[in-house]
Amino acid sequence: MADTAPEPNAETLADLIEAQRHLEGPLLPILHTIHEAYGHIPDTAPALIADRLNIGRAEVHGVISFYHDFRRLPAGRHVVKICRSEACQSVGGAALSEAVLAKLGIGWGETTANGAVTVEPVYCLGLCASGPAAMVDGKVIGMLDTDRFDRVLAELGA
Amino acid sequence: MKVFLSIDAAAKAVGSEDVAEALTAEAARRGLELDLIRVGSRGMVWLEPLAEVEIDGVRHAFGPVRVEDVPALLDGTLAGHGPTEEIPFFAGQTRLTFARCGVIDPLDLTAFEALGGLTGLRAAIAAPGDVVETVKASGLRGRGGAGFPTGIKWQTVAGAKADRKYIVCNADEGDSGTFADRMIIEGDPFSLIEGMAIAGIGVGATKGYVYMRSEYPDATATLERAVAIARAAGVLGDGVLGSGHAFDIEVRVGAGAYVCGEETSLLNSLEGKRGEVRPKPPLPALEGLFGKPTVVNNVISLATVPVIFEKGAEHYADFGLGRSRGTIPLQIAGNVKYGGLYEIAFGLPLGEIVNGIGGGTRSGRPVKAVQVGGPLGAYFPVSGFDTPFGYEEFDGAGGLIGHAGLVVFDDSADMLELARFAMEFCAVESCGKCTPCRIGSVRGVETLERIAAGDAGATALLTDLCETMELGSLCALGGFTPYPVMSAIRHFPDEFTGQREAAE
Repeated sequence: MADTAPEPNAETLADLIEAQRHLEGPLLPILHTIHEAYGHIPDTAPALIADRLNIGRAEVHGVISFYHDFRRLPAGRHVVKICRSEACQSVGGAALSEAVLAKLGIGWGETTANGAVTVEPVYCLGLCASGPAAMVDGKVIGMLDTDRFDRVLAELGA
Repeated sequence: MKVFLSIDAAAKAVGSEDVAEALTAEAARRGLELDLIRVGSRGMVWLEPLAEVEIDGVRHAFGPVRVEDVPALLDGTLAGHGPTEEIPFFAGQTRLTFARCGVIDPLDLTAFEALGGLTGLRAAIAAPGDVVETVKASGLRGRGGAGFPTGIKWQTVAGAKADRKYIVCNADEGDSGTFADRMIIEGDPFSLIEGMAIAGIGVGATKGYVYMRSEYPDATATLERAVAIARAAGVLGDGVLGSGHAFDIEVRVGAGAYVCGEETSLLNSLEGKRGEVRPKPPLPALEGLFGKPTVVNNVISLATVPVIFEKGAEHYADFGLGRSRGTIPLQIAGNVKYGGLYEIAFGLPLGEIVNGIGGGTRSGRPVKAVQVGGPLGAYFPVSGFDTPFGYEEFDGAGGLIGHAGLVVFDDSADMLELARFAMEFCAVESCGKCTPCRIGSVRGVETLERIAAGDAGATALLTDLCETMELGSLCALGGFTPYPVMSAIRHFPDEFTGQREAAE
């Protein structure tokens, strides 16, 4: 995703903001649109959003930093979200995620040195009867074990 | 040949899309005319990917189906489970809210209508003044967890004077162990749309929002398509089903904050603010979204409304136990043999759900504890298995039913670690608005780590902290985090004696 993302420029950002500005309470849809386009919220975005919505920059910053989804820096080429919730813990989810992070040599929220994979925690994917579960680039995977996870990571080039 | 294959995320997660591809390819190779219909989930998650083959007009179940099973499935030689609706897990249910889920193509409005869809909405249009009374008479209570009578909430909004009112559907299903909202949206989204339209007509609201979680991209995509289909068919729009009532729905997506499942936090998030909890009063029913009177209901509450209008309030209220009327979609999850969604009247004892229906643990080891109602729900030991499933009954046993998710743990569960996790989760997800939650959760993690390190005396401090959080927090996140923590201490005191590290 970071590979293909366009360079953020003021004009494109303004277009993305403008496309959602007619909505009631447009800030979250605007942030989602920008996040989708760039894989993160570029540093130049908050001031532009604040200007267009006629709100303070601090308010925009406050909203961005409140929500777990909004990254301030680009992620790796693939994003793997591993569920840490109780239902997945009950079937060995904690040991599985520890093994994955150890194998990749990274911590939660970090990206592998080759830029292939970012691993993030997620608190429930609604796959609670088919855990341990994870989401790879928006696609769900259930009934994971270390072997299956290794194959997934190999496919991602981790 | 007619084959129904689940398209639910729980099926996709275990390979249903590969099976669909293999089925299509194999049928083409054989020159076989295959009518592959993608449906929602029947709720039998351990059988996913579940394929059903229609034999003499009866659907027979096969699953879990692997890609390599496809030739045998088409040959008719694959071992199956017989007629789907005769499988004990399915046959024992009373499906009202989930009657169509898994049966029809989720986006087929004609099939929806053929199985009772839109009947309720037509009834509401015919007598809009009776809508609130009907919901009150059904005894329906908020399925999101709080259990507040839905009809009373609607009555407050209906009675409020305002130029604009809203129906907000809370689809921020963040509780671990729950997936009913996701399943109905992926399997029968029109039931939610119909329920919201009935609510709009009943209280005089013309705009509805569904606040989806970003962790559910499949459900969001299905719902967005369903809303567009409903709009094109005149179910939504300026004149709902040709009536004089206007109602439309917009789907919004959250951004990964658990606390936004709390209704006032959700409203702030919809308004484009930080998802901080608002103090109540004012009630959202009077000053909700953008300060306007707002119905905020859970997905299951709203998706249950159509069947109440279709079959009558009395029919619905006839099911249940005490003040818990109607049916509840139990979500049996975690370390369980037969996991899935089981809709039944309130009142089943916990042990019957876990062992009788769920078949005990997936690992085959003894059940140690069951967390009921998500990350803010209490842990029940086996000694609490006679507790009947109902709002008051669980409250009386020191727990809550929440969104009716049950997470089963076997005897390898580390209760101190689970208690620590509950506090850590609260610290990660706290909105920061109130001190007991923001600071208390961090102190809770530290105190539990002290206990783990051998300081058994810290248990008294933790108990005191939990009392402060429970009584002093603004919402259920800080207020209910003590439930899993204190229930673990109460039922498994040996694990909190601080002896563990000393013994190592």
